[in-house]
Amino acid sequence: MPERKGILVALAGQQNAGKSTLFNLLTGARQHVANYPGVTVDKKQGRYSDREGVVYTVDLPGTYSLSPFSMEERVAREFLLGERPDVVVDVLDAANLHRALHLTVQLSEMQQNLVLALNMMDVAARSGLQVDADRLAARTGLPVVSTVGNRGKGRGDLRRAVRSAAGQRGPSPLRVDYGPLEAAIQELERQLSSWPGLEELPLRWLALGLLQGDTEAVRLLRQHMGREAARGLQASAGRHIQVFEAQEGVDTGDHITRCRDEAIRGLLTEVIRSQREGRPTLTQRVDRIVLNRWIAPAFLVLTVFLIYQISIVWGYELTNHTWPLLAGLREWVAGLLPDAGFLVDPYTRSLGLWLVDSANTLLNYVPIFLILFALIALIEDSGYMARIAFILDKILHRFGLHGQSTLPLILGGVFAGGCAVPGVMATKGIPDQRARMATILTVPFMNCLAKVPLYTLLLGIFFPGEKTLMMFYISTMTLVFALLVSRLLTTTVLRGQETSPFIMELPRYHLPTITGVLRRAFDRTGQYIRKVGTVVLAVAVVVFVLLHFPGLPKAQQAEFAARAEAAVERFENALQGNAYAAAATGANLVPLMNYYTDYNRAKLNAAGAEGSRRVAERFQTRNPDFYPLVKPPPGDRDARKAWRELRVLARERKSLRREMREQRIVQSVLGSIGRGLEPITRFAGFDWKINVALLSSFAARESSVATLGVLFQPDEDGNATLEERMGEETRAGGATALLAVSMILFFALYPPCLATTLMVKVQTDSYRWMVFSIVFPTALGLTVASLVYSIGTAVGATGLQAMSAVYWGAVILLLLVGLLVRPPQPTPLRPTGERNHRRRLPFMGGA
Amino acid sequence: MAPDTPASTPPTLNDLRPGRRARVRRHRAAGPVRQRLLDLGILPGTCIAMVRSAPLNDPVEIRVGAVSVTLRRHEARTIEVEADDA
Repeated sequence: MPERKGILVALAGQQNAGKSTLFNLLTGARQHVANYPGVTVDKKQGRYSDREGVVYTVDLPGTYSLSPFSMEERVAREFLLGERPDVVVDVLDAANLHRALHLTVQLSEMQQNLVLALNMMDVAARSGLQVDADRLAARTGLPVVSTVGNRGKGRGDLRRAVRSAAGQRGPSPLRVDYGPLEAAIQELERQLSSWPGLEELPLRWLALGLLQGDTEAVRLLRQHMGREAARGLQASAGRHIQVFEAQEGVDTGDHITRCRDEAIRGLLTEVIRSQREGRPTLTQRVDRIVLNRWIAPAFLVLTVFLIYQISIVWGYELTNHTWPLLAGLREWVAGLLPDAGFLVDPYTRSLGLWLVDSANTLLNYVPIFLILFALIALIEDSGYMARIAFILDKILHRFGLHGQSTLPLILGGVFAGGCAVPGVMATKGIPDQRARMATILTVPFMNCLAKVPLYTLLLGIFFPGEKTLMMFYISTMTLVFALLVSRLLTTTVLRGQETSPFIMELPRYHLPTITGVLRRAFDRTGQYIRKVGTVVLAVAVVVFVLLHFPGLPKAQQAEFAARAEAAVERFENALQGNAYAAAATGANLVPLMNYYTDYNRAKLNAAGAEGSRRVAERFQTRNPDFYPLVKPPPGDRDARKAWRELRVLARERKSLRREMREQRIVQSVLGSIGRGLEPITRFAGFDWKINVALLSSFAARESSVATLGVLFQPDEDGNATLEERMGEETRAGGATALLAVSMILFFALYPPCLATTLMVKVQTDSYRWMVFSIVFPTALGLTVASLVYSIGTAVGATGLQAMSAVYWGAVILLLLVGLLVRPPQPTPLRPTGERNHRRRLPFMGGA
Repeated sequence: MAPDTPASTPPTLNDLRPGRRARVRRHRAAGPVRQRLLDLGILPGTCIAMVRSAPLNDPVEIRVGAVSVTLRRHEARTIEVEADDA
């Protein structure tokens, strides 16, 4: 909570009223997003200063009313009651004033100090409504400010109104007459007012709450006046309800809503002056096409394809231009770290570079995520996202998901390329708890960007001719698996979770603002970098340690050292009498070796003749004595001989270092774990090397390919790509395309990376679900991979046959389940009180 | 449920064809569903129009005042409607 030196202002309003835009307008860039304690509802906070001091601003979640049924409504309510903001800005959609005022009435009954922000006046005008702001102010007795949030209109007026309202807190002027229920309301109010300690609470609102059986209101009373007294009042309210319902033949809740509605209707006849009816709005005309039964699916596919094309394909091309920057960063860090030794590098160097490499693999995706998040913000803000939910809900619902699961699945990478972290994060908006859990647990099955390199690698080795077909299988298979798994989970472990109906407003289309879209894109990318970055770096350290310890035994180290010495001796002998002997031997030897490797790497990366010339210049200035040894001048026979010997030595050094690294990994902790798992994983065809790669990929998916790269080291100068090397080694080891299929299937179903599981923890608020999100997919992946590999081996199937069989089997199963088996039944809602106690919000004033 | 429902079940929103209008008679749902419907302006006596159903027939889109609302047929079945005389 902000310190209350200044004043505290809360923004309340219904969904799609433009509350967030107005919040941005009010506070500018000084804002941050946090969670309300204990729940996954975003709490946006910001502040601004006016002449009289600081104004702390909180953007409450959008709520249609203040009933205690949804998480957002409870959060908003408890904030208003617990924090008692100095002013509440009630954002009204001028084009939908009737509905908006229902919330205003409830806020006013809660005795909030209100300022009405009449937003979207332009939209109202366009749809033929003339809203008289002065009349509204006069009739409600509340200050009214006209704003057009997305054009930045009304900031000054709103700030002034907030400041002047903060000084005066009077009785709430807007009062609805509840007719035959008034007697009961006033009776309860009287009873409440006789209790000490309730002065702070809105008594009329509490009385109304009691008469509607509002469990949250009862809980509030219990806190303030004790269990007994609260029960007494509840009983008294119960009698009033019985009498009223017997006399009037209508439910108290309905009666209260109807009275409010009539009051608002009466008020609006004076406020809204003219109305053209019947002409369809732009939104309605657009929807006739976009939601047309036949056009809608095509349009949706086109949209998803465009997201994929622009963010993943073009974004990937963009990373070709940003990668040199990251490579430059690596070179720069490498220059700062202690120099490499002949055989063994100082730990600071190897760990430092390891960390930079880990960070770089992550940062490499930043351009893609910026584009992806911007596009998704565009779709959300325009109003199309809600339509996607409308189009797809039927299918998703059949498999236990929800129309609003679409966004998380797209973010997770439905086809290829996404990230489960923002995907799981985006499940926040799904109102149905069971579908939300199912979405959280299935998003990691999507093809995240980091799974793609491994697929590409395996396809390159084993399926050079069938790449396209296999990639099609892989990218669509994930969705098939996700739907099946979701269905499985919702009918088993998630069966008891609360469900809620799909009742949703389809908002008006509107043009998203550039700042709004960019802000969201940068916010989400920033969250990704912070959340994933810290975890990836921490885990990188752990994996580094697991790969390096306990290290080589002394005897083996001595053996390698002896071999290195012998190689150096041979080199020095060969150079005897050479003009460059002094420059190349003794203390100069190791720097020369590093100079040589650096030079070769730089030349390999240099583009064109111009690039080569620059590299030459750079290395000539770096060390003019060494330069002739890496690039012998024509005719200099001594230099040429030295260069040849140097090349032999460098090759020797490389191969020794490779052997050492492999030995180290074999004997490392991770290596032993990998070997220890072989008895289980051999059914899936995985040897310890693959196990190590898969284990380290739990830290971050990218590292699977990197680890495989280390394990399948190049023998010679590294001209062979990892694909060729791995192909040779595994084929020599009897591996087949079947093994590749087994790996692909395991990788597709394998548990989410560590960052994602942490996000699962955040979103489910439970370590049990986090553990489940690790154990279940591992078991499933291993089972599927083992079955495919074992059966495939037994019947002698080729890789492609096995893959096709799995794919079409899954598709058939999907169709059977989808069409024939009864969909998961809704779980009746438990009394809200029960759930609230579990997820109680701590900022309520306790008794 | 009221025992005095007529022999033929009263029409619900689910029976409304696209393009047709009707008046809300009463809600059969309780709890959060009822509250959400009320919050969205679907009060007894309100005039609503069926706009369209989704490509796979479910959910449906209805128009309430100036607002488009989508809901599943399962929930649409809980809203009893009557002919709109206005």
